[in-house]
Amino acid sequence: MQLFLQQVLAGLANGAIYAGMALALVMIFLAIDHLNFAQGEMATFSTFIAWQLLAWGCPYWITFVLVVAISFVGGIAIERVLFKPLHNADILANLVAFIALFSILNSADGYIWDYTIKTFPTPFGSKPLFGSVLIDAHEAGMLVVTAVLLGLLYLFFSGTRLGLAMRAAAHNPVSARLVGIRVGWMTALGWGIAAAIGAVSGMLIAPVVFLDPNMMFGVLLYGFAGAVLGGMTSPGGAVLGGFAVGVIENMAGTFVPYVGRDLKLTIALLVIVAVLMVRPAGIFGRTTVSRV
Amino acid sequence: MMLEVEGLNAFYGEQQALFSVKFDLAEGGVRTLLGANGAGKTTVLRSLCGMVRTNGDIHFDGKAIAGWPTEKVVRLGVAHVPEGRGTFVRLTVEENLQLGAMTRRGRAAIAADIDRIYDHFPRLRERRRQQAGTLSGGEQQMLAVGRALMLRPRLLLLDEPSFGLAPLIVEELFHILRQINRDTGVAMLIVEQNAALALELAEHAYILETGRIVMDGPAAEIGADEGVRRAYLGY
Ligand SMILES: Nc1ncnc2c1ncn2[C@@H]1O[C@H](COP(=O)(O)OP(=O)(O)OP(=O)(O)O)[C@@H](O)[C@H]1O
Ligand SMILES: [Mg+2]
Repeated sequence: MQLFLQQVLAGLANGAIYAGMALALVMIFLAIDHLNFAQGEMATFSTFIAWQLLAWGCPYWITFVLVVAISFVGGIAIERVLFKPLHNADILANLVAFIALFSILNSADGYIWDYTIKTFPTPFGSKPLFGSVLIDAHEAGMLVVTAVLLGLLYLFFSGTRLGLAMRAAAHNPVSARLVGIRVGWMTALGWGIAAAIGAVSGMLIAPVVFLDPNMMFGVLLYGFAGAVLGGMTSPGGAVLGGFAVGVIENMAGTFVPYVGRDLKLTIALLVIVAVLMVRPAGIFGRTTVSRV
Repeated sequence: MMLEVEGLNAFYGEQQALFSVKFDLAEGGVRTLLGANGAGKTTVLRSLCGMVRTNGDIHFDGKAIAGWPTEKVVRLGVAHVPEGRGTFVRLTVEENLQLGAMTRRGRAAIAADIDRIYDHFPRLRERRRQQAGTLSGGEQQMLAVGRALMLRPRLLLLDEPSFGLAPLIVEELFHILRQINRDTGVAMLIVEQNAALALELAEHAYILETGRIVMDGPAAEIGADEGVRRAYLGY
């Protein structure tokens, strides 16, 4: 029982990171109908900036806030420079842009900070939480920080006029324009928020998986799996999907004999494929009507 | 003149849908645009809001707004009840109304206006927390009109406001529109299939045929002319 609880909690802690990445993917998907598979590279780049600031002696939480802000602005800049011109372009043009973004960020990481694996500090420490055997302090910190982030986002989207405008622009851009919403800027804002979420996820997972230019590769896959599981069109579903994938992954790694740690990604993906065979739009997603 | 349109051509891809359209509308005036299916009525309204490719002149308050992005035109005080209603189906009824006031400031005034819309359409008040997509077609039409009014527009463009409404509700809606026109002085350009009703509300009518304005005159005269009625208005 204790092992089971341990694994659930550890799964939830990893799941918090996947949930963040899943939410970031869904935010951009809702805004532009494309999957941002450079999301992981954006998060890694943010994490390298954090590493640099910390190396220069900047205190952790100031670094944290600064990097979230920098990433937010960076996300907006990426949309304005790279994706706004492709607003009406076909899927191939967008694909090329995502590949470009992916490789630019990835090689920038390597060029600026080289490819050696770096340790990244945790402000929570890695001792067991209050002497408990169930969860260690960093895992608890991942959960709490993510919960706060998700709570703030929920308040923003459900309780503010700007949040309402963003939802309206994503759901029905034509009508949104007709009530005077600047839909293009709402898209840019979506990119900014997605980049900021990614930065938080990156900084939280880096102490666990260590920092290198390909750090987020696997994480993004799990996040994507979570988003698909929950439904690409449902932010809440994506978050739940991310947590679910974290738990499934950990359970598979611990309790499925022989498979162990090597094949847990495979198992997680199999579970998801099974779900999608029953519900193609994901658990909380809506079947989308294609645009004319 | 608040709105002046001249030499307006509109295009869907290569296909031209409007040819050299000319009309105007004074502050507080009500005019109607009539014509058969496919005549180009909706396209005229879309042209005013920058929703189709056009050339020619559109002046609003003396500003040349042709080619402006939709949201910028709206911010001048032009509200549009679009064909198909344009409901935000996944948001609640009240959120739909709030969105109508997105360009305005002042929470108290917005809340008061939402209340006024509910007074006009009590049905919407009952369903305020409901997803707008679950409303009936007629209720969504009311919501579309309400959403447009939330802008406190200076010009209201109505694309078949009676569409899908029961005759009694249509009468009521037009009564409300007349009242709002009188109270707030908002100008209206109304596209209607229900020509008789539109001609009652409007003071001036334009008749559109295959993208061209083929006739215009005081609403009373157009409505009284049996030849016109039979040829263009089908009643
Ligand atoms: N999105 C579009 N793409 C291509 N052609 C279009 C489009 N919308 C309208 N048209 C064409 O433009 C012409 C005018 O259409 P419009 O919708 O303005 O007519 P309407 O007078 O509003 O008709 P209705 O009374 O049926 O609503 C029609 O020939 C129509 O086929
Ligand atoms: Mg029409």
